[in-house]
Amino acid sequence: MFKRILGKGITYLLLILCGLVMVVPFLWMVSTAMKSQTDINSGSIGFIPYSNVTYYHNEGKKEKANIVTQDKEFSVINIYSEDGKTFKRSYVKVPNSSLTFEKKIKFNFKNFSEAFSKVPFGRYFINTIFVSLCVLLGVLISSSLAAYAFARMRFKGRDFIFYLFISMMMVPQPIYLIPSYYLLTKIGWINTYWALIIPWVANIFSIFLLRQQFKTIPKDLFDAAVIDGCSRFGILWKIILPISKPILATTAIFSIIGSWNSFMWPLVMTSSENIRVLQVGLSYFAQESSSHTALLMSASTFSIVPLLILFLFAQRQIISSFVTSGLKG
Amino acid sequence: MKPKKDLNLFPYLYILPAAVIVIAFRLIPIILSFILSFFKWTIKGPEKFIGLTNYSQLLRDPGFWQSLTNTFYLVIFVVPITLILSLLFASLLNRTTKLSGLFRTTYFIPTVTSLVAISIVWKLIFSPQNGLMNHILGFFGIHGLGWLSESRGIFTLLFGAMGLKIPAFLGGPSLALFAIIIVCIWRSLGYNTIIYLAGLQNIPEVYYEAAEIDGASKIKQFFKITIPLISPTTFYVLIMTTIITFQVFAQVYMMTGPPVGGPLGTTKVIVYYIFEKGIDAQEFSYASAIALVLFIIILSLTMLQKRLEKKVQY
Repeated sequence: MFKRILGKGITYLLLILCGLVMVVPFLWMVSTAMKSQTDINSGSIGFIPYSNVTYYHNEGKKEKANIVTQDKEFSVINIYSEDGKTFKRSYVKVPNSSLTFEKKIKFNFKNFSEAFSKVPFGRYFINTIFVSLCVLLGVLISSSLAAYAFARMRFKGRDFIFYLFISMMMVPQPIYLIPSYYLLTKIGWINTYWALIIPWVANIFSIFLLRQQFKTIPKDLFDAAVIDGCSRFGILWKIILPISKPILATTAIFSIIGSWNSFMWPLVMTSSENIRVLQVGLSYFAQESSSHTALLMSASTFSIVPLLILFLFAQRQIISSFVTSGLKG
Repeated sequence: MKPKKDLNLFPYLYILPAAVIVIAFRLIPIILSFILSFFKWTIKGPEKFIGLTNYSQLLRDPGFWQSLTNTFYLVIFVVPITLILSLLFASLLNRTTKLSGLFRTTYFIPTVTSLVAISIVWKLIFSPQNGLMNHILGFFGIHGLGWLSESRGIFTLLFGAMGLKIPAFLGGPSLALFAIIIVCIWRSLGYNTIIYLAGLQNIPEVYYEAAEIDGASKIKQFFKITIPLISPTTFYVLIMTTIITFQVFAQVYMMTGPPVGGPLGTTKVIVYYIFEKGIDAQEFSYASAIALVLFIIILSLTMLQKRLEKKVQY
């Protein structure tokens, strides 16, 4: 009995430990995003954002102040006015003994808006959403059409074409990156939305997933539809797609996650700011303002949040579809 | 009876949209990449046939060998550690029913979040002054590791701390590359744990009950029942993690540098080298040659693992 409880305890301890390792980077990201830069620079590591408030004691009165310079005995300070925003008196020389410091918990939510205004992240968001939606639409249309043909029609070269598709799924992106860059330069698509959208509107993996699903639909259903005078496209539109909603949702989720997180392709294919997508924008921001830690963490946070919300809403479906699609492949 | 011609034409119309894209943006680039790796090929186009020159240059290129070595280090560390840890955590998860949904969700989060953002976060975690990693190590009396700027090998550092000197070629990946290794393991652990968990749940309970009756210990059950029966999942995880690890790019691009791939090129991985040669320097044919070498390595490893899988199949 004791041994069993001990075993359970160790199990949970390890699981919690691993769970912490998994989420701590995110928690730290969010907490750092809300710290002030002085708090970060002070070398404190904690997860709670603090702000240091300096007070100046003058004839029993306590006033909020801001240190400008400081030596061993004296400080030059600015004294805040009542509203705490503007200065009442500036550059006052006072003895250090008249100053006290207070550590206060303070969440700097304005880091988020500051990061947002510093770089056109709004534009990047719109670009990313636009590209993701176009790709999504293309993938859904092209994949259901192709999957329908592969699953339900007989034609010459069907298996050959299908296996050719599948084999190309195995080719890593770096292999076709350089020639694609060259080809897109030739047709003048570099730095256009075309380069971000068109090459991705067909997704072999989605075709594969949908084909597997369409194959499981009983044949009698089609025969009945044909007898009722349903056209080929009618069968796809009125019968197959409505009963395949869950797998279409899975395809959509995969597509959105893929577009949202894709980095290397847009990095290579675009350089102008007005069509830059979020991930590339974030990487430029990271290079340009590597010292603005708090802003960098804010930017990272809001680039993650939309997908995190999607994930938390649809986690059951996402996890199980990742697993089943993975095991089938 | 429908006319035969109709049967032949229609299906092609349905696959046409997908086929056009796949042919134009996969098949043609792949073939082009192969052919033009034998040419002198710049932004102006293929200039002249130079045979195997790119490939022979590759063999003499220290940058290529360094990036290949770095990539192998990455694979050799990331794949087995991920494999063992994810099986361990999946078995632990499989034994608990309470909270297992919560754990699953938690573990999976890194899989769906962007590599760019998590690389930025991990770069801060590895920061020498105000990074979380050094602060935690401080509790164990280890201070001031320059994670991403340290080019010395981890074994050199480890044995050096114990007062031992080891030859340079046994130094292992640089500390900077080891930081990347940690991030890669962190990133792939959750996904593989969930895959393993699905595999474990497919093992019929009766095997364990029978073993229990025969008096086999838990550990014996794990090695005699779980590991053999889970081997198809293991091979899937092995192949996928290997392929993904060979293609690591964003972590290196975001976490190291300037210059990217530093310190002293010890984190320059092969995909970054392709990027550097092909996009930055616009040496298209040379970059294609490197890409093809990468492709051949991945392909042969995949085939090797598949063959191995057939041999050990239970």
